[in-house]
Amino acid sequence: MTTLDLALQKDIFISFFRAGMLGYGGGPATIPLVHKEVVETYGWMDDEEFSDILAIGNTLPGPIMTKMAGYIGYRVGGKTGLLTALAATILPTVIIMIALISVLINYREHAVVQGMTSAIAPVVGVMLFMLAFNFLRHSKRDLGWPVAIALGVISLITFELFNLHPAILIGALILYALLKKSPSKKEGEAA
Amino acid sequence: MIEYWHLFIAFLIPGIVGYGGGPASIPLIEYEVVQRFEWMTTQEFGEVLALGNALPGPIATKMAGYIGYEVGGVIGATVAISATVIPSLIAMIVLLKLLLKFKNSPKVKRMTALIRPAIAILLAVLAYQFFATSYEGAGLVQTMILVTLSFLALEKWNIHPAYVIIGALTYGAVILS
Repeated sequence: MTTLDLALQKDIFISFFRAGMLGYGGGPATIPLVHKEVVETYGWMDDEEFSDILAIGNTLPGPIMTKMAGYIGYRVGGKTGLLTALAATILPTVIIMIALISVLINYREHAVVQGMTSAIAPVVGVMLFMLAFNFLRHSKRDLGWPVAIALGVISLITFELFNLHPAILIGALILYALLKKSPSKKEGEAA
Repeated sequence: MIEYWHLFIAFLIPGIVGYGGGPASIPLIEYEVVQRFEWMTTQEFGEVLALGNALPGPIATKMAGYIGYEVGGVIGATVAISATVIPSLIAMIVLLKLLLKFKNSPKVKRMTALIRPAIAILLAVLAYQFFATSYEGAGLVQTMILVTLSFLALEKWNIHPAYVIIGALTYGAVILS
């Protein structure tokens, strides 16, 4: 790609701007909105690739939203796409924060602000739950219910009961999948 | 000049050792900003954090942008945001490029399949935390109403999330205030 595809860059900007401006509750809460833009609205990638990106993002430290935006921008629109997606994710919300903070300090205890904050939490919950269900349904297709549910239960126990960091389990699953000998005869890795 | 360097360090460390996305790295940012470099008191930090949470967008970059700006103006904000974003993003791109190269390998396919249930559970746990927050804040009845309405709107009526979110904010401003 030698010439700059401005229409594509505009789409990248709009998708991450929309996700960022509608995302309440920090980066992780914004994941369903990014999924909606990237997979459903623009069709830049399928569910498989999106969940791989999310998985790798979760095994690495640092904020998740900028990792997702930067990588997806890069994957879809090259180095310019990376900058476009990052700018769309970060700049508008930081500018709003700097500009509005003195105004908001006066209205912090105001009932309207409190009401808006508490009304958004259940909606974010529903969006996250729908995405979770979507991934679980895909797992059933690849692994069948017994394996998918077993892995889900193991994940739940390690995350919640043992309080192990998710990166440890995901890292272990990645290593297991990559190091275990393939059952198929043809071991040829596609390069 | 030394101030920019301090901003860089203060936001680089939480970005490298903070697992679990931006919200998880907030305590680490607080340690650097309040304890180590003393740019703010605990109370000021808490106030900025509460307001940041009431605004849309990822929290780590909002905090970095705001604190960087307070300490060192526009350059300060740029330094703090870069330190937050760049290291983890480079690691992400390197790892995923490698993965993309071996996309058709059966091992990578198996990896994709094996980690998906774990990712689903991670999202479900996150969903549960938001339901719990809502239950504590708005109570059971309002939570049920909002959950049912937003589920129907998103899943059955296929309304774009943008309108559902704007609708919820309006509902909160009018009914829950």
